[in-house]
Amino acid sequence: MKDYSVVLTNVTKIFDNEFTAVDNVSLKIEQGEFFSLLGPSGCGKTTILRMIAGFEDPTSGSIMLNGKNIIGTPPNEREVNTVFQNYALFPHLNVFENIAFSLRLRKEKEEEIRQKVMNMIDLTRLNGHVEKMPSQLSGGQKQRVAIARALVGKPTVLLLDEPLAALDAKLRQHMLVELDTIHDEVGITFIYVTHDQSEAMSISDHVAVMNEGEIIQYGTPFEVYESPVNAFVANFIGETNFFTGTVEKVEEEYFMLDTGRFGKIWFYKDMEVKIGQVIQVSLRPEKVKVTKEKPITPQGIKINILEGTVDETIYLGSQTKYTIAVGNHYLQAFKQHVRYLLDEVIITWKDRVYVWWFADDSYVLREPGGVSIEE
Amino acid sequence: MPGVLWLTVFFLIPYIIIIIYSFLTSGIYGGVELPFTLEAYSKMLVNAGYWQILWRTVWISIIATSICVGLGLPAAYFIATSKHRNIFLTLVIIPFWTNFLVRIFGWMVILGRNGLINSFLQLLGLKEPLSFMYTPGAVILVIVYMYLPYMILPLYSAIEKFDFRLIEAAMDLGAKRAQAIWKVLIPSIRGGIGAGVILVFIPALGSYAIPDLVGGADGAMLGNLIARQLTVARNWPSSSAISMIFLLISTLGLLVYLRINKVQNKRRVQVSEIYMKEEEG
Repeated sequence: MKDYSVVLTNVTKIFDNEFTAVDNVSLKIEQGEFFSLLGPSGCGKTTILRMIAGFEDPTSGSIMLNGKNIIGTPPNEREVNTVFQNYALFPHLNVFENIAFSLRLRKEKEEEIRQKVMNMIDLTRLNGHVEKMPSQLSGGQKQRVAIARALVGKPTVLLLDEPLAALDAKLRQHMLVELDTIHDEVGITFIYVTHDQSEAMSISDHVAVMNEGEIIQYGTPFEVYESPVNAFVANFIGETNFFTGTVEKVEEEYFMLDTGRFGKIWFYKDMEVKIGQVIQVSLRPEKVKVTKEKPITPQGIKINILEGTVDETIYLGSQTKYTIAVGNHYLQAFKQHVRYLLDEVIITWKDRVYVWWFADDSYVLREPGGVSIEE
Repeated sequence: MPGVLWLTVFFLIPYIIIIIYSFLTSGIYGGVELPFTLEAYSKMLVNAGYWQILWRTVWISIIATSICVGLGLPAAYFIATSKHRNIFLTLVIIPFWTNFLVRIFGWMVILGRNGLINSFLQLLGLKEPLSFMYTPGAVILVIVYMYLPYMILPLYSAIEKFDFRLIEAAMDLGAKRAQAIWKVLIPSIRGGIGAGVILVFIPALGSYAIPDLVGGADGAMLGNLIARQLTVARNWPSSSAISMIFLLISTLGLLVYLRINKVQNKRRVQVSEIYMKEEEG
């Protein structure tokens, strides 16, 4: 049996007897893992974090920390520290004293405090900023002080509430790598709350995707990206093409869907389907290829080929995002520029093209319906 | 420029006049005459009565200010965190709608020998009425009553700007609620506390009407002394000299306040200097 750091069982939080922020959530977070709660704003992820920290009590359900029920334990007695969204650094204390805050409360010896704070300053690479006041620090530096301050008391779990939201894109990438390094070094459980799927995907061991107070899907970043359970997850994590239709033909490995909009299309049978069943399939745009020449169908592999017109191109340097009009409907296709682009024939607006993909590159949504993009 | 002009006309020039007066000879029927002399100051220095009143003025002001801080902090905290803050703020300001003197008379009605408190106590069986009036205690009470809003308002505005997530952060790091308030809230609103202390302490020092009406002989303060020297004794240089002493004490109070601020900043720097040395070594 694995060691779990935090275990939530049937946790529900209702505010003012009317608003259900968290609805019957159960979660097991492993010891030492980097776990992310991912969801749009207002989905209840921050409320879960605040319940683990002790700022809110669940209306019902239990929360276990290292095997002990912590409901009713005040925040100052929980071995959990938080990195707040707006850092919440104490403005009247300099960097050293901010980090030393929890140690001073425990009345540790001056010598030990200095040693521990110094270690944290090394870990978070704040050398040279020790004497500065929070107002003199940049966003990234404040972030590091907040992390150092939360880690210095050696909590068993570190909670991070959208810690990178206030930083610009470039710095966010940098801090993400740094967070990962710090996590590797201290080896404690990190619970990370974010609405940014790319942040969560890039550093997490496990991700829980939330919406409207419920956990929609739990899994590794690969699992939630490649095999989303429903249209909400598929759409929230990255971009996708949806196909909805009734099953017309079933073979051993593939089945044919009458999608109406795009005609009859083959998909990989990654779950049992029956003829006449209504199915929703997600196809990630990077798996869709766009070429001017008609592709040659290889032996033994099923591919779908559609003809269309380039409706829109978004050139991003490393890749181009195409919107292809197939009849009156649209498909997304991302083309990664792996070769030197200027020597190639560039596919551009109004070009007639073939859009094609391998039938096994799609995924059947286990919970059809819900959110879907009709185009 | 208008500020400088204002200060010159209403502050600097009157003070220069007072300074000059304090070094002149007293006229027989009031007013001042030449020659210049140090008599007003030398007489004051050897007069034990002056010293007694001076000392009383200082301690009454310090106690009244301290009580205002003690009452003002929880009151301002309560108002700033309340949903009905506008109602409570209005309640704090309402007493200003009534004339200052009328409110002092109000207290005389409450505290007097046949006042509200004594009548009530006699109903309960008390024989001899207690004397609240004409004591330093009565002066402190009325000063606190008068100037408490001046403490609450700057404290309120400081607490209102305070980011209460910092309290959560402190509790997250192991502080109990009281510790979080003491170590994070209080230092963060230091500016507001300082402003409140100055706004209460300086006018308390300069109290005239309050000790005059409820203080009696035992509760007289510098303001009363200045007035007495000017009117009853008709000794203008003497009252001017006492005014200078008053200015001196107020300035000292301000300097102490600035000094405290400075020391706190210094302490922070020292901690980091120790650390910097270690880092180098």
